[in-house]
Amino acid sequence: MRYSAYSIIKQALSGNRLWTPAWREPEPKPHYDVIIVGGGGHGLSTAYYLAKEFGITNIAVLEKGYIGSGNVGRNTTIIRSNYLLEGNIPFYEFSLKLWEGLEQDFNYNAMVSQRGVMMLAHSDGQRDAYARRGNAMRMHGVDAEMLDRKQLQALMPYLNYDHARFPILAGLLQKRGGTVRHDAVAWGYARGADMRGVDIIQHCEVSAIRRDEQGRVTGVETNKGFIGCNKLALATAGHSSETARMAGLELPIETHVLQAFVSEGIKPVVDHVIVYGAGHFYISQSDKGGLVFGADIDYYSSYAQRGNLATVEHTMEEGVSLIPGLSRGKVLRAWGGVMDMSMDGSPIIDRTPIDNLYLNAGWCYGGFKATPASGFCFAHLIAKNESHHVSRFLRLDRFERGHMIDEAGKGPQPNIH
Amino acid sequence: MASLITCPHCGTRPKEEFSIRGTALTRPHPAASEEDWHRYVYLRDNPKGRYQEYWHHAAGCRRWLVVDRDNVTHDVFSVTDAAPARGASE
Repeated sequence: MRYSAYSIIKQALSGNRLWTPAWREPEPKPHYDVIIVGGGGHGLSTAYYLAKEFGITNIAVLEKGYIGSGNVGRNTTIIRSNYLLEGNIPFYEFSLKLWEGLEQDFNYNAMVSQRGVMMLAHSDGQRDAYARRGNAMRMHGVDAEMLDRKQLQALMPYLNYDHARFPILAGLLQKRGGTVRHDAVAWGYARGADMRGVDIIQHCEVSAIRRDEQGRVTGVETNKGFIGCNKLALATAGHSSETARMAGLELPIETHVLQAFVSEGIKPVVDHVIVYGAGHFYISQSDKGGLVFGADIDYYSSYAQRGNLATVEHTMEEGVSLIPGLSRGKVLRAWGGVMDMSMDGSPIIDRTPIDNLYLNAGWCYGGFKATPASGFCFAHLIAKNESHHVSRFLRLDRFERGHMIDEAGKGPQPNIH
Repeated sequence: MASLITCPHCGTRPKEEFSIRGTALTRPHPAASEEDWHRYVYLRDNPKGRYQEYWHHAAGCRRWLVVDRDNVTHDVFSVTDAAPARGASE
C-alpha cells in the first residue's frame, strides 16, 4: 500500500479498519544471498538500499528483539554533517543529502526537520577551532555559518551568555542540520525493504557463525535454526565485539552506555539543536514539546541499557549552566543505550579478513545521523565488494596502518571520544 | 550501578572520585613486536560480563586500582591496588 493523502482519506472513510501491517512476519528460508545481523537503523537501511539500489532482494534481516527496540529508538534524533576531517565530511554530508530526500524516497513520514544545529564556542581558542571547522565544511560544499554573540542573542535569548567561567562568545551554525523522528526511520526502512522482498525476522538471535573448511562464512545458527547465506553482514553496533567474536575477530572497540533524557512537554522554546561547547551537552525540543537532551557516556565499560546517577547529575548541571530556565522543568524519562566506542571515535564499514563476512560497527554515539549513508555504503560494499567512495576511509585496518580518523584528537582512549 | 567503589586505601567512596582508564591490560615489553603493540593499543576483547578495568582514585589516594566487576549487572567483585598485580605479571 502506498501512503498518500488519498490513502488517508480513503482509510478514514472506512473507519481506519483496512490499514495493513507495514511489513510481513515471515519464517526464515533455509538460505539467503545476504543475511544482515541486526535490525536496527543501519541494518534495515542496508537491506533497503541493497534491494532498491543494488538489485539484491534475497535478503534476511535478523533482529534479536523487535524492530525499533535498540539504539535506533534510543538516540537523541540529531542529524548534521558538521565534521572537520576528510574521512568524515563527505560521508556525513552524503548522509544528510539522503536525509533530505528520504521521505519521498521511502514513502514514509519520518518528520525530517532541518531546524539547524548550533555549536557554541566559549573561548577564543574554541571560536578559532569552530571557524576552522566551518571553513573545512564549506570547502567540501557543506553549509556552515559563524554567528557572533549579538546574532546568537537575537536567535536564542534564553541561553546563559554571561556565565562567569563559560561565557558564550560565538556559534557555528549548520542550518541544514536538525532532527528526525527516529522510530519512523526504522519503520520506513523496514517497510521499504519488506516491499522489495526482504525478510525481516524479529526475535531471531544469532548464537554462532558457521564457517566451512576454508574458513568462509556459510551461515548462522539462530534460535530459529540454521540459516545459510552467501554473504553475512554484521550491523550490531553496541554488541559488535560480541557478534564479531563468533567469527574469531577482535575489534578496536569498547562498549559503553550513553544516557538520554526527555522533559515534560512545554511550549516551544528551543527552536534549534544546541550543542554546549564547554561540556558535551546537546538539546532539542521534540514536536510533542519535550526537551530531548543528553551528554557524556558513563566512562566505564557497560553493556547495561541503563546508566549511573552521577552522569544524570552531571548532565543536568551542564544543561542548567547553559539554559538556567531548565531548572524549572521536570525530567519525564531517562534511558540508556550501549555504544560501540571505537579507538579513534570514527566508525568502520569494511570487509573483514574472513571471506563473506562484512562489518558495520564502531559508531560511537554518532550512529543515528549516519543511518542512510551507513546503509547505502554498506550495501555498496556488500554488493560490489568494494568501498563506496565516501566511506573509503572507514577501514577496519586503519589503526594498524596509522590512518586514524580522530576528529577530537584524543588518541586511542575510547571512553573520551 | 558501580556507584560506590571500595578503595583498598580509602574505603568506600563515590564513583565521581575516580577517573577510568579502560581495560586492565598488561603492557607489552618495549621490544615486543609491532603486532603485540597494535593489539595492546587498539584491540579489545570487550567481553559482555566480567570485566577488569583500571580506575584511578584521582580525588583520593591517587593510586591506580583494578576494579573487577560485571558490566551488565554492575556488581563489583573486588577492588585492588594495580601495582602488585602488575609486578606479579612482569
